[in-house]
Amino acid sequence: MSVFEGFKFRKVSSVVHNLDPRIKFFFVCILFVMAIMFTKLLALVVLFFIPLPFVFMARVNRQWLRSLRGAALFAIFIFATNILVGYFYPGSNKQIIPPVDTTTEYLILLEYASAMTLRFVVLIASFSMFFLTTSPDHLGLALQQSHIPYEFCFAFTTAVRFVPVLADEAQTIMDAQKARGLELERGNFLKRVRNYIPILIPLIVNAIRRSLELAEAMESRAWGASEKRTNLYTLKLRRADYILVVVSVLMLALAVYVWLYVSIPSLTALLSL
Amino acid sequence: MIEAKDLHFTYPTGLEALKGINLTVDDGEFLAVMGQNGAGKTTLVKHFNGLLKPTTGEVLVDGVSTRDVSVAKLSRNVGFVFQNPDHQLFSETVEDEIAFALKNFGFEEAVIKKQVDWALNLLDITQYRKTSPFMLSGGERKRVALASILAWDPKVIILDEPTIGQDHQQKEKLQQFILQLNAQKKTVVVVTHDVEFVAECNPRVILMSQGKILAEGIAEKVLTNPKLVAQASIVPPQITQIFLELADLGLPTDVIDVHEATKILLGRLRERQ
Repeated sequence: MSVFEGFKFRKVSSVVHNLDPRIKFFFVCILFVMAIMFTKLLALVVLFFIPLPFVFMARVNRQWLRSLRGAALFAIFIFATNILVGYFYPGSNKQIIPPVDTTTEYLILLEYASAMTLRFVVLIASFSMFFLTTSPDHLGLALQQSHIPYEFCFAFTTAVRFVPVLADEAQTIMDAQKARGLELERGNFLKRVRNYIPILIPLIVNAIRRSLELAEAMESRAWGASEKRTNLYTLKLRRADYILVVVSVLMLALAVYVWLYVSIPSLTALLSL
Repeated sequence: MIEAKDLHFTYPTGLEALKGINLTVDDGEFLAVMGQNGAGKTTLVKHFNGLLKPTTGEVLVDGVSTRDVSVAKLSRNVGFVFQNPDHQLFSETVEDEIAFALKNFGFEEAVIKKQVDWALNLLDITQYRKTSPFMLSGGERKRVALASILAWDPKVIILDEPTIGQDHQQKEKLQQFILQLNAQKKTVVVVTHDVEFVAECNPRVILMSQGKILAEGIAEKVLTNPKLVAQASIVPPQITQIFLELADLGLPTDVIDVHEATKILLGRLRERQ
């Protein structure tokens, strides 16, 4: 469950925390687009380093690392799938001419799989940075000020807020089932997946029950009584926000330029030179 | 026998929940763990079936360190009934729910059937055999959860807040039931806030506060010490409160039992007449 840890907000004040959530989200989305644009390992390595200064400035490195560690299992899965698919259906990867047999082709395949894995890691790294440094309240405000209907904003912030609660609950359920002799790590792959049923059912049932209770509690506190809601706090763009917008746009422009006109060499090609 | 030796436990978040616990729970003993919220009660008992492993120090169950054995193996002897039954119920029928642990422990089909019948009968829920556990009331769900643990007849039974959410009658039944279990030489450990419940059962009590054991002894001695109970943020049983207030009249102050109290008061009244 440690991947959830990486998305849990803690109230701290730093330059990164104080950035406007809309701008921060824009920045993270640009990173997302860039990660999708490139398939070369070299480019993705560069992208991986972009959120790092933000993580350090916000002093959330420990939680951030924990979220990466939590995503490791899924990353390994992506890596293995890419290797397997690339090996058995080499036609799907344009850089490899089937059948895969030379060392270079193995290296290309390895590099491709690493790149795909790193793409996932870049996404987790940047979104984790965003969620670690943005309070759910700010996020809700940002959505509202982007003229999204309040009901949707509320649903979204509630969902985000309940992630850590659900993670805690999942842990308790796991403990309760382990105390009844459930061994999650036992059996073959299919059995292991099935082992999670006793965890998922109570988790889902409780989530539904909780949402119904929450709805009733909200109704009894006059949810939706006034048509037009006002807010105590409003978001205003500051200098740092404008700088980040400019940086983001420049980054995207550079990425598009590289994508169109520069052919990024593969590591394999560089090494064989 | 369960032994905790200089047990320290720190959660990954850095919270030091247990600070040097030394405790022995003898076979066939009835122990109540009491103390304020966050005192470390649940954390302590989660060490008894290996759900949590000591940060330093050790916990021995029948002479074997919990570090060396899996939760599943320990659970065979140490049954743990969680506070909220909704954290474990997932099966389609009550019957399946009770059979779940038995299947995990690898009992034979015939034994499973026999034990399920026995547990259903024990907790008076035979009529719900084919009902979905989700359709039952809170008290009934709690009984299903209890039955699902007792079904494999563990030597030690740990109950986390068994009286929460139970009406008076159910509580009385539960109390009789727990005393009965204990009479059958089962070791019973109860984590609870409910002083009245403890007063009526009169087990050995350990009072916890801030990760340490504040006091231990029979309920009659511990719960009637106003200073101690105040330190652990609990209130003495109502009977004791009356006797404490009447201490000036020369009445004893270590009374927790209603019948004993009646006897003393009747004796005084007769003396006067």
